[in-house]
Amino acid sequence: MRAVSRPIGLACLLLASNPSFADYQLNLEPGVTSFSQGAYNIHTIVMWICVIIGIVVYGAMTYSILKHRKTNHPNPAKFDDNTTIEILWTIIPVLILIAIAVPATKVLLAMEDTSNSDMSIKVTGYQWKWHYDYIGEDVSFFSNMSTPMDQIKNKEAKGENYLLEVDNHMVIPTNKKVRFLFTANDVIHAWWVPAFGVKKDAIPGFINEGWAQVAEPGIYRGQCAELCGANHGYMPIVVEAKSEQDYLAWLDEKKAAKAAADASADKTWSMDELMAKGEAAYNTNCSACHMPTGEGLPGAFPGLINSPVVMGDIARHIEVVLEGVPGTGMQAFGPQLNDADLAAIITYERNAWGNNTGDMVQPSDIKAARK
Amino acid sequence: MNAQPKPDQQPTQTPDNRRLIRRLLLLVVMMFGFGYALVPLYDVFCEITGLNGKTGDQVVLNKQQVVDESRLVKVVFLASLNDSMPWSFKPEQSFIEVHPGKPTTVNYIAKNISDKNLTGQAVPSVAPGLAAAYFQKTECFCFTQQELRPGEEKVMPVTFIVDSQLPQKMNELILSYTFFTSKQQDRKTSAPLALSLHNQDQKL
Amino acid sequence: MNAVIEEHHDHDHKPTGIGRWLFSTNHKDIGTMYLWFAFIMFFVGGSLALIIRAELFQPGLQIVEPDFFNQLTTLHGLIMVFGVIMPAFVGLANWQLPLMIGAPDMALPRMNNWSFWLLPAAFGLLLASLVMSLMGMGSAPNFGWTFYAPLSTTYGPNSTDFFIFSVHLMGISSVMGAINVIATIMNMRAPGMNYMKMPIFVWTWFITAYLLIAVMPVLAGAVTMMLTDRHFGTSFFDAAGGGDPVMFQHIFWFFGHPEVYIMILPAFGIISQIVPTFSRKPLFGYSSMVYATASIAFLSFIVWAHHMFTTGMPVAGELFFMYSTMLIAVPTGVKVFNWVSTMWKGSLTFETPMLFAIAFIFLFTMGGFTGLMLCIVPADFQYHDTYFVVAHFHYVLVTGAAFSIMAAVYYWIPKWTGNMYDEKLGKLHFWLTLVSSNVLFFPMHFIGLAGMPRRIPDYALQFTEFNQIATVGAFVFGFSQLIFLYVVIKCVRGGKKASSEVWEGAKGLEFDLPSPAPFHSHTTPPQVK
Repeated sequence: MRAVSRPIGLACLLLASNPSFADYQLNLEPGVTSFSQGAYNIHTIVMWICVIIGIVVYGAMTYSILKHRKTNHPNPAKFDDNTTIEILWTIIPVLILIAIAVPATKVLLAMEDTSNSDMSIKVTGYQWKWHYDYIGEDVSFFSNMSTPMDQIKNKEAKGENYLLEVDNHMVIPTNKKVRFLFTANDVIHAWWVPAFGVKKDAIPGFINEGWAQVAEPGIYRGQCAELCGANHGYMPIVVEAKSEQDYLAWLDEKKAAKAAADASADKTWSMDELMAKGEAAYNTNCSACHMPTGEGLPGAFPGLINSPVVMGDIARHIEVVLEGVPGTGMQAFGPQLNDADLAAIITYERNAWGNNTGDMVQPSDIKAARK
Repeated sequence: MNAQPKPDQQPTQTPDNRRLIRRLLLLVVMMFGFGYALVPLYDVFCEITGLNGKTGDQVVLNKQQVVDESRLVKVVFLASLNDSMPWSFKPEQSFIEVHPGKPTTVNYIAKNISDKNLTGQAVPSVAPGLAAAYFQKTECFCFTQQELRPGEEKVMPVTFIVDSQLPQKMNELILSYTFFTSKQQDRKTSAPLALSLHNQDQKL
Repeated sequence: MNAVIEEHHDHDHKPTGIGRWLFSTNHKDIGTMYLWFAFIMFFVGGSLALIIRAELFQPGLQIVEPDFFNQLTTLHGLIMVFGVIMPAFVGLANWQLPLMIGAPDMALPRMNNWSFWLLPAAFGLLLASLVMSLMGMGSAPNFGWTFYAPLSTTYGPNSTDFFIFSVHLMGISSVMGAINVIATIMNMRAPGMNYMKMPIFVWTWFITAYLLIAVMPVLAGAVTMMLTDRHFGTSFFDAAGGGDPVMFQHIFWFFGHPEVYIMILPAFGIISQIVPTFSRKPLFGYSSMVYATASIAFLSFIVWAHHMFTTGMPVAGELFFMYSTMLIAVPTGVKVFNWVSTMWKGSLTFETPMLFAIAFIFLFTMGGFTGLMLCIVPADFQYHDTYFVVAHFHYVLVTGAAFSIMAAVYYWIPKWTGNMYDEKLGKLHFWLTLVSSNVLFFPMHFIGLAGMPRRIPDYALQFTEFNQIATVGAFVFGFSQLIFLYVVIKCVRGGKKASSEVWEGAKGLEFDLPSPAPFHSHTTPPQVK
């Protein structure tokens, strides 16, 4: 909401550099990996070559426009070819192109070498979230955008990292060659972190590779770069680089959290616990389509208020959530979420927004429903 | 320059035009066919270049491969389910180290966690793509469709050989399988066209 | 039948009423219909663009939902490419080719009629899907004009079938138009006009027509495969059945890259007609222009995968497509240098067509520079699918192709109507268009480099300012085109009478005919020396 009346001030930006606009980026960022720096360098070289050619061509045109206008130059020359100059302006561009191609080839060959990586993370694109699987570590999780719907709908002020924040960061150790293995669950997505210079398509059924080696700890943000459906703009990527020690600590923490979640699936939950967990899990996993208000998007995604599935048979409701509805946007959440989350979401849906059925679904019910 | 028609003639009737139209239409038909020809051409192209990490069809070993005992190649196994298919699917071990040339068998385990019969088709992919040409499978659950009853668990073996010609630079390969819900099952009503080009049983 | 023949002997007899347009076989009437069709579609596609820009004025969702936003970008792209630029060029070809080569009409007049009337049907279908979407009956096509599988196949909305049929109709229309152009150019030239005496506009259209015949059928094949994948159980693009979604991109771009040149080669031709006239000097390097056009057309077939560097190609492939793409810079450069040399030591005046032509050379070259940057694979990994690409192709297609069409209309409309257009208003239109299009598209370079992906309805806060500038530019640009509409209508209805030469020093057979050009063009073939 902050920038309604800026355009006029902004027009001045092009003329004078206003210090308050210092954070507006005009150019590619050099980034933090050898790739991104290679891309930045070759970008800079080619851009300046273009600027120089531009000055020559535009200069000649401008000169001609000024000096050879009819008022200044009433008698046009008659020439219409000159073999020497035509050969020259064919050969010189070829030489310039070769001069560009050599460094570009070098950078590319360095980038495409994915051998000898220290660790691998499988990155799976879903409509519309990312899943990270640390290969060989038994750590895997979804990474959903965490920007609240109210900020998107302009009901509250937008935060600093609006649209570029997620619930679970991908964490990588610094100074390690991390290999990413990209694939997708449904349509083609593209995983892009500008600071790494890595942009690769995630294609259903196929594996693509990329890698990054980051020296500096820090948080790096990116977005999905391939149109992947309605919420293509809402599947950001956040990578956090930590020192190896911190990374290992984080890994242990993740494993402990998973063990705790498995254990909690066996206990019996109270209504309040289920509703609290359910609201959080619903907003992360379901609200992009069914909306935080449960109203859905008419014509695209059904609402859940008084919906026959939500108000009807519990077993059917569990089945729909676990297995999805083929041919629609409703995914099978069975393989995606744990029993506690699913139980909480279903309980929440059956009791929120005036759907006061009073039904409670326990994690053990989900466990039983999974064959 | 020739056959200049008078304005009140129908120019379409000149033999020049008719011959030209026939040739151009032939070109149109050929290019339409070429669009389709790109499909098998693409497969050939992929197999040569390793584009997309497509692996070749089932190989029958007719001569003994030379086993390169001096070298160990790490093969990492990945398992994915497309469109959140309600199965669980994972490799028995996350990686294995093999000598090139030596046949190796590993198992994937799939379980149907839904309450319906489901048929899946596994799609293999190898990374790096260029390694696909050196990755030969003699037996694989991806050669046929797999049907699982509700709750059924199945061990799915794959036997492969990493060619001993594998370039020295490649010391780690990824073998990935993604299970897709079988298309026939998706469309119970529509009879599948017998397009031999893309007949699933012939493909991996 | 006798009566019909009688009528045809009366050279300037025009059929009247709606029948004149519905059943027209006259190249001028059909050309006029093509041009008006393109003009209307320009406003339709432009309105969609203005909704897009209005939504992007601020971060957050204000006007449209994300899915509808995707429908807007998809239809904007399809309409502008297939409904504006291509029909406008076909319209210009219809009007100008017979005039310029000394023919009475196009070679295949009845096919000409059919190929035009398919277009309203095609776009009626496409726009019907948008209307249904507005009525809440499911999405219009929402997968981008590039319709990548599986988003457009397995995950496509029901209206995808409308889209497929519509693309088929557009393809048939374009192919028939191209056949007509080739037949006209090959068989209808005035005596003495050999190939190397043809005006450059005729040459560029001749090559464009071959490109159309070569690639439109491939597009038709691609959408047919989509259709059978969706409904008849084939698996061309579905990995589950042994297909490959990346193959779709290969087939699409095998069509798509030559398509880019289909939209720019006739523009090169137009500029090569206009610049010599207002420089009062013959075109510099006529034959190198012809060879450059032909080599661009050839190269366009071997560069397609530069649109797909991030799909995970082997390095050898990336290098091949990078080098072949770089090569295109050479013939394109030759063209720009030739235009500059044509102006050099000329005697320049700056009527509206010349202003648009000069703006074309400046701004198309900008698009060429960013094109060169985009083909550098490592840098493309950063540019790909960002606003940098959006800036690039709008410089090529709006300030390139669309500017050339406007230049052509100003240049030839006195010949079509017999009246001069309003020069003052024309210049006003030019300057507003020039400034606003740069305000609109130049900032997109910055937001692209800063990392804003394309095709998103909402963006992170650091992109706000430049998006606002672009939106302001968009609205000025859009409404400036109403001036263009007014100038054209005013010129059709009257104005200062144009001489047959129209412009001082204008050369070409079209300027030997009186203004307005008679209903049947060169009824006795002129002799070209």
